Amino acid sequence: MSEKKTLPIWFFIGVLLLIYGILCLAAGISQFSHPPAIVLPDVHATFWGGVVLTVVGGGYTAFYWPRK
Amino acid sequence: MHTTLSVFLAETSLIKMSGLDISMIVIYFLAVLGIGWYLKGRTSTGEDFFLAGRSMTAWVAGLSFLAANLGALELMGWAASAYEYGILAAHWYWIGAIPAMVFLGLVMMPFYYISRTHSVPGYLKLRYGESTRALGGVCFAFMTVLMSGINMYAMAAVMQVVLGWNLHFSIWVSSITVAVYVGLGGLTSAIFNEVLQFFLIWLGALVIPIVGLTECGGWTGLKDRIIQNVTHGGTYLHMWSTLGNFQDNPMGIQWVGIVFGLGFVISFGYWTTDFLVVQRVITTKDLRSAQMAPIIGAFFKMAVPLIVILPGLIGLGVFNRHGMTLVSADVAKPGQYTYNDVLPLLLVRYAGPGLLGLGVTALIAGFMSGMAGNVTAFATVWTYDIYRPLIRPLFRSQTSMAATATVGGGAGNGPVDGDEVAAAGDDQHYLKMGRWSTIIGVLVSIGTAYLAMQFSSIMDYVQALFSFFVAPLFGTILLGMLWKRATAAGGFWGLLIGTASSVGMWVWVKIDPSALSIIALSKYAQPMAQNMYQALWSWCICVIITVVVSYMTQPIPEARLKGLVYGCTEMPSSAHLPWYKRPFFWGMLALVFLVILNVMFW
Repeated sequence: MSEKKTLPIWFFIGVLLLIYGILCLAAGISQFSHPPAIVLPDVHATFWGGVVLTVVGGGYTAFYWPRK
Repeated sequence: MHTTLSVFLAETSLIKMSGLDISMIVIYFLAVLGIGWYLKGRTSTGEDFFLAGRSMTAWVAGLSFLAANLGALELMGWAASAYEYGILAAHWYWIGAIPAMVFLGLVMMPFYYISRTHSVPGYLKLRYGESTRALGGVCFAFMTVLMSGINMYAMAAVMQVVLGWNLHFSIWVSSITVAVYVGLGGLTSAIFNEVLQFFLIWLGALVIPIVGLTECGGWTGLKDRIIQNVTHGGTYLHMWSTLGNFQDNPMGIQWVGIVFGLGFVISFGYWTTDFLVVQRVITTKDLRSAQMAPIIGAFFKMAVPLIVILPGLIGLGVFNRHGMTLVSADVAKPGQYTYNDVLPLLLVRYAGPGLLGLGVTALIAGFMSGMAGNVTAFATVWTYDIYRPLIRPLFRSQTSMAATATVGGGAGNGPVDGDEVAAAGDDQHYLKMGRWSTIIGVLVSIGTAYLAMQFSSIMDYVQALFSFFVAPLFGTILLGMLWKRATAAGGFWGLLIGTASSVGMWVWVKIDPSALSIIALSKYAQPMAQNMYQALWSWCICVIITVVVSYMTQPIPEARLKGLVYGCTEMPSSAHLPWYKRPFFWGMLALVFLVILNVMFW
């Protein structure tokens, strides 16, 4: 690669998953009071999916955050 | 805004998305374009553009190696196959992939890596000479760009059915996005996006097996439902015990075809010689990473049936129970769901707003990374294996031609020869050619997509054409790496006649369908068996011709085979590494897991 230092791919993945995680978490919380028309809405898949995405994305973002 | 969007949307679609779901797709497009823009300033040489600077770690290369194959068509297609054939479809992920990936890492990768070749046709040049590279390079480039277009059309067709998107909108938006991010950042950009897509696919698709198994009452409950819902449902749940005879399983195949046709020839041919996947591995920073990358990919590949095959089985368990049977696309009536709809239908069944957007984004990401994989492989082979040796010399002065000294060369000037090293000025020229060939590759793909739109049968023909080439190519490269007596003429004629024989068998069955029983050695054989046996015979023919012609021609001096062939190459030892860092240990562990999985689902 050229001499410029490149941010690791894990950082980009972390940021995107964190954004998706926050969006899913917000949607999941609202689905507690307004369940969507899907099978097994009481499993709250969107909420738990949001939790996983936020934790994984947040972890990657923090760990690979560019430092001087 | 709503009126503008409605131009691109059809009235009916399988999935109705909310504003949140659409915003997740928009964020994905912005992210991939942003990554391409970010990497543009870091792509200044040909090696950066075509080989990602040979700087990737084993994990990045391994995930990218797997993701290049894990496109959305793959996901939806094999989920459909699992619905149609049951757990037998998992053979394509286990015996049909894992041994080949381990073999690539432990046996073949040292030769690709030590020879410092840019591409698989580049290895053919080093080992067998220019004519074999020309044959391999032209076939590969032609097929790759056609496949890219056909995948693009398939994606647009799926998006039309699933999301209600206009065909032209899908084709142009996805192809322009791919052209921009690959044109800017080259292979690095494609690899970054493939790893991103890998995460999206896993996280977006996991909702189906988790909630699906919850609905069915776990694996035992699912098996009970399939046995109740489907005629001969028990045969949908075993991987080997029904393979004794062609007529005992839903696929109409027998264990010989699975073991030797799929497990050996097709699988090894695809995973070890298809430059689309091999290119990801040769970008690694050192030999150990190059060896570990496909082995890391093998572990994840073993887990892919969880998000592909299991959803197909869940479809058998939940849809058939409610009187909703999916049918083959060939016989589907308007409004009737087909096997190919099983994954989107399950996504709609279990994923609410938010997760639905993530799942659809994963499908789109899968389509685009598949296209990007084809385009990057095309750009490399076009630039290094066709343009540089065959076209550019025609436009250069005689002096320059002598300096390049690549055209018509015999086999084996040894690795890292003059052809593989470019002067600084040349490098910038090839970098520019790489960017242009990316754009041209995308434009040709768009043309192919429109051609496929007019003549849908072209899709079957091109997919078949691609498979013609892979099995014989594996024979040529395997003999090239492991048998030093193989000569330039042997390699060329073996590859040519092996490919021609594969085409011949395919045409024979097209003209006379009863020929299938001769090729597959059984009157009960189904079309799936044809691919296996066609590959097996064409590989055998390629090997026999290569051996016979090689013995009839002068051997290549061993000094020229250094770094290219087993027995003439000093293989780097990993004895200095602790056991848990050795590729051999992890390769063997992958094979042990493979055996355990097959026994579990026997």
